[in-house]
Amino acid sequence: MLLIRCPYCEEERPELEFRNAGEAHIARSANIAGESDDDFEKFFFIRSNPKGIIYERWRHMHGCARFFNAVRDTVTDKFVMTYKAGEPKPAKLPGVAK
Amino acid sequence: MAKAAAKKTTSATSPSVDRRPALAGRAVSATGVKVEVLPPAERISLRAPEASVAALSKALGLTLPKKPKTSASKAGRTALWLGPDEWLVIDEGGNDPLADCATVTALHSAVGISHRNIAISVAGPAAEATVNSGCPQDLSLDAFPVGAASRTILGKAEIVLLRTANDAFHVECWRSFSDYVFTFLSEGARDAAG
Ligand SMILES: [Zn+2]
Repeated sequence: MLLIRCPYCEEERPELEFRNAGEAHIARSANIAGESDDDFEKFFFIRSNPKGIIYERWRHMHGCARFFNAVRDTVTDKFVMTYKAGEPKPAKLPGVAK
Repeated sequence: MAKAAAKKTTSATSPSVDRRPALAGRAVSATGVKVEVLPPAERISLRAPEASVAALSKALGLTLPKKPKTSASKAGRTALWLGPDEWLVIDEGGNDPLADCATVTALHSAVGISHRNIAISVAGPAAEATVNSGCPQDLSLDAFPVGAASRTILGKAEIVLLRTANDAFHVECWRSFSDYVFTFLSEGARDAAG
């Protein structure tokens, strides 16, 4: 079983307590009604779906219930790191060659 | 409470409104562990920002824990840390934590959930193995010492787990899951004993 570090519980917990909540760092426009159809489509439907490092939202559903962000490798399923919701994308990833 | 119940039983028009706790009185004993439904208790779900914690602690008569996976206990009342701004307060001494929170003017949300949850005690040398039959957390004394508390899962149901002694746990679950949780723990107890 995967262990995922929750930044609020400050420890690694079994994956069964967590839920994936889609890609992270997708900002909603402050003027959503003024968005063009193309821009709205990009915001609402288009996701990066990379092979490799992805930034995702996760929720510690059956724990502290908080949302947080995680950096995960889609090839190995390895969690590189996690950080609290609202924090910026980490500039440096531990153990990942750029 | 007793008064209200007495009134209801004398009324012929509402014979079925007495409180009926889910699974009341059920217990299973296996070698080294006993799984038992605990009596009803008062409970609240408490949400509050950092700035309100001191006032709420004072009103509740115990210090709300701020550290993950911990609890605080005093005079039959226990506050369990569930999240950075969320606690489960259980009172087994017959006092009402909801009424205590009502005196606090600082911003908070206190919701009475006494009837939403039921509590099951798992006690004995095989208690840890019994809970671990469906709970994936590390329950060794190093990782989950006495007083440790956490929302987690047991099988397919969400529970709140509190360690009350080296060999005893208090398991809280929603009453609609209680039959499943009790049966799961009973089977776990038999496995742990075998
Ligand atoms: Zn957490």
